[in-house]
Order: sequence, then C-alpha cells, then structure tokens
Amino acid sequence: MTTPDFMKTINSQTMAAVIQQYPIAMDFLANYRLNDILKDRPLPKALDQVEDEILEEFGLERDDIVQNFCMFLETFSQTETSLDSVWSITINGGVNKLKEPENISLTISAGEIISIVGPTGSGKSRLLNDIECLAQGDTPTQRQIMVNGAEIDDLQRFEMDGKLVAQLSQNMNFVMDLTAREFLEMHAKSRLTANVDEVVEKCFQCANELAGEKFSEDTKVTQLSGGQSRALMIADTAYMSESPIVLIDEIENAGIDRRQAVLLLAKKEKIILVSTHDPLLALSADKRIVIKNGGIYKIIVTSEAEKRNLAAIEKFDSTLLMLRNSLRTGELITEELLEL
Amino acid sequence: MKLITVAGPPSSGKTSVVLKLIECMNMPEGSIGVVKFDCLTSFDNISYEAAGVPVQMGFSGKICPDHYFVSNVEDAVQWGMRSGFEMLITESAGLCNRCSPYIKGILSICVIDNLSGVNTPRKIGPMLKYADIVVVTKGDIVSQAEREVFAFNIKQVNTAAKILFVNGITGQGTFMLAKYLQQALEVRTLRDMKLRFTTPSSVCSYCTGETTIGEAYQMGMMKKMEFKEI
Repeated sequence: MTTPDFMKTINSQTMAAVIQQYPIAMDFLANYRLNDILKDRPLPKALDQVEDEILEEFGLERDDIVQNFCMFLETFSQTETSLDSVWSITINGGVNKLKEPENISLTISAGEIISIVGPTGSGKSRLLNDIECLAQGDTPTQRQIMVNGAEIDDLQRFEMDGKLVAQLSQNMNFVMDLTAREFLEMHAKSRLTANVDEVVEKCFQCANELAGEKFSEDTKVTQLSGGQSRALMIADTAYMSESPIVLIDEIENAGIDRRQAVLLLAKKEKIILVSTHDPLLALSADKRIVIKNGGIYKIIVTSEAEKRNLAAIEKFDSTLLMLRNSLRTGELITEELLEL
Repeated sequence: MKLITVAGPPSSGKTSVVLKLIECMNMPEGSIGVVKFDCLTSFDNISYEAAGVPVQMGFSGKICPDHYFVSNVEDAVQWGMRSGFEMLITESAGLCNRCSPYIKGILSICVIDNLSGVNTPRKIGPMLKYADIVVVTKGDIVSQAEREVFAFNIKQVNTAAKILFVNGITGQGTFMLAKYLQQALEVRTLRDMKLRFTTPSSVCSYCTGETTIGEAYQMGMMKKMEFKEI
C-alpha cells in the first residue's frame, strides 16, 4: 500500500478500525499527544474536536496530521527491505598503510563465519568500518565491498540507514530498566513482529542455553551478569535483528558458550565477522583474515588439522571454566583438579 | 560556501562529531569554519582551536537560544564568506525540546545519543522532526537491540530522515556523513530564506526580568496548566 491507499483507508474507516489493523497507530497519536481523540470516527473527523493550540505547538495543520499519519503507516507497514536479500559480501583488496596492494578478493556468504586476527592497532577496525559503509574504493584503504557480487551506488549506501551491520562488543551494556521479557518484547514490537510471544519465548530460551548461569525472564536486564548479558544480546541479535551482517568484537570468556553463540548466528544465515585473539573462536571460523600494517596480509582457511585441535582447546577451556566454578563455590584448587 | 546546521541536546556529542567529520573530509586547514551557538559558556572552542578549525562562539545568555540563532545566523554566514571558507558549520545546543534551528533548503543535522533513553526521540520534537540527517552517537556502549529500537523511534518522529550511527571517539560512521555533506547547498546569504519551524515564543513579565512568584506578577503571554481534582 502507498500513501494514497492509506489516505483512502484513513478517510473511510474509524480510528478504532485503523488501530486494530495497525496497532502502531497508537504510537503516532501518542507522539502528538492525541491519545484521547475520539476513535469511533475517521481521523479527519476526530481531529475537528482537537484544540487548535495542541496542533499549533507541533506546527501542524489538521491536513498535515492526516498526511503525516499516512506516511507513518506506509513507513511502518513495509515488511520487505533491501536488507532481506543480502546473501553475500565480497571484499576486494585495496592497499595497506605502506600503499602496498592487498591483492585479495574474498566472498563471504550468509551462514559463514570469518575471524579477523592481528595486533591491536593493526587495522582491524578499519576493515570493519569499510564493511559498514560499503566502501567503494573511496576510503583511505581503497577497498571495495560488493553486495551479492555487485557494486553498490551511493544511493543504495544511504538507503541502508545504519541497518546493514549489527554489532556486538565487550563494551556494550543494557541501559534500559526493563525485565528480560519486557526488553525482548520492546525489540519485537519495533520490528513489527506478528507473533511476539513466540519469538520472545524462543529468544529467551536460547539466551539461557548460551548463558552459564540461568536467569528468569523477570530479571532486570541491568542486573544480568556479564555472561548473561552477552548471551541475551546474541540471542536477540540472532532472532530479532534485521541486519544481515554481524560484527563481533571479542566476547569475554566467562559465563557464555561463545562457540555455540557464534554458531547460532551462523545458523540464522547471518554473515559473521569476529575480531578476536581467542583461539577457540578463531578456529571456529571457516577462514581467518590476518591483518598487518593496516592491510589484509593473508587469508587462512581453517584446515582439518586445525579443526582437530579445537577439541584440545575446548578441553583447556572447560578446565578453566571448571576452576572458575570451583573458586566460586569455595573449593581449593588442587593438583587433581588441574589434571582432570 | 556550503552551509550546514547542526543541533542537538547538550552533551550529545555534536562537537566530537563535527571534529571527526572535518578530519574525515580531508580539506585544507582553515577552509571549514565553525560557529558555535551556546547558552552560558562553552569550552568547545578549545577543541576546535586545537584541531586548527577557525571558530566563533556566541552565547545567548538570557535570550531564547533559537531567537538568538535566527538573529545572528546571517551574520555568521557573512563572517564565513569574508573568511573565505568553503564550508561553514553552525552548531547549536538545543535547550528545550522545542528548539529547531534549521533553515529551509539548508542541510540540517540533529545529533542525539543512545544513552538518552529509547523513548527520547519521541519527545524531542521539531529539532528531530525537521532534520535531514539524524546522527546517533554513543551506540558503541549500548546493546544492538537498544540501537534498533532507538532508530525505530526516530523513524516514528521523522519518517524521511536518514539515520547514521557515528562514533564520536573513533570517527566510525563519519565517512558516510561526509558524503551526505557534499549535497549541501552553496549560499552567499540567507536573506529572505525561512526557518523550517517557528521559534518558541513567549513575551511575558518573566522574559523581562521578573522573578517573583504569584499571579499579580504574571503578565503577558502565559500558558497555564490544568490540574484535575482527585
């Protein structure tokens, strides 16, 4: 439906009917302090009862409100976006800080996990920035990022509205004072999800599977432990974020099954880039990009041999986890424990 | 000379964003100037001067900041023309959510930060509603979900706006913002151009220095609250 179609609907149907079909219409009314208008008639009629003063404060005439309402409904009833159809990105090499060519072309498909390794300050964030803005040879690195194998023009880049890339990092916090359930519901509502309860339930269960320590849906998000927060953020990104690309900047070791977390995102057909120096995460990826001197130095495909080593690394990891739990419960760290 | 107006609540990161933007544009030093409209005092001139950006400060004091903006912005443009800038950026701190220092046809940017709470975009009003670009800062320290809900709430108020996430510390996101700025209108003067929205208005006894409380002292344009009996 386009604006003229909505105009017809708004002029002919009562506000109550419109709200029933588009619950988000209530938000529009609230934004203009019009929550209490009469809903037994179409909006233009209902507006006749509203004092001029309220409308003047928002700088709007009655016709503007109706027009804005149409645009509002159009904006929030588009279910398909250009983001739904991103199934691969291709990084075409540019130059490093020494102006040496990178000579690479790497295509990453949905469901693939790529890790990015390199010393601090080597240029990892530059690569992530290039992906975020879909560089077209116009950034300092001269890299080009193609989507679905095609070049992207400036108009398409602007259209992304900051939604191409979802980010997860160690520095992120919840700043809202809501319970886990309320938090997920709020996110689901903003995605105009039809079956809110079902998605929220799945998301919550999944977060609990990833978290070392379980939490209830009535827990305030601000009271979650570091691991629980990370688990909830990852489950939420997997089930509810619309962004086709997920950039992960180091997930802390404690209290979350980080390998499962990354695999979950992959299962949800996301394109995943993990900046890390954690061997467990790096080897869980299909390939790893090695950054040096501000450029892509090489790309290593995780070999079968490396993957076999994962088992040993996981053993180290679970030993550490066990030691942590022993500490927590007041036990002594004995030699026997270490040999397990 | 290209003119860009930037507005946003105090401490939302306007100066950091403008500084990163100027750095990203890679133009010769001194070709971009800044006029900072603030209320009482500001220390941002130090940051601009340190970056080699010519800056002019203005303090509205007891005048409504929007009224102060509109009565000085043409002078700001003339200062920019005389100084030979290729681009002039005006930066204003909106004090009440009713502020909207934007001019029709002139590229306008609203800077708000993710820490201000997810519902804030729905409360800001004209400063957000009439902006061409909404820059969201401090997104690196809140969850992805909160960023998405925040962007959703911005869309509710300004369906046409382009939303950009910019990190004022690392400069991440400024590249796309710089690209937008290339579309900014070239101006020589603002004479006869119009504001996008009326400025907050009030001419009452308190505007002119009255400080005593009580009906006898209230004169001029007043707006009274309605209190319901319980």
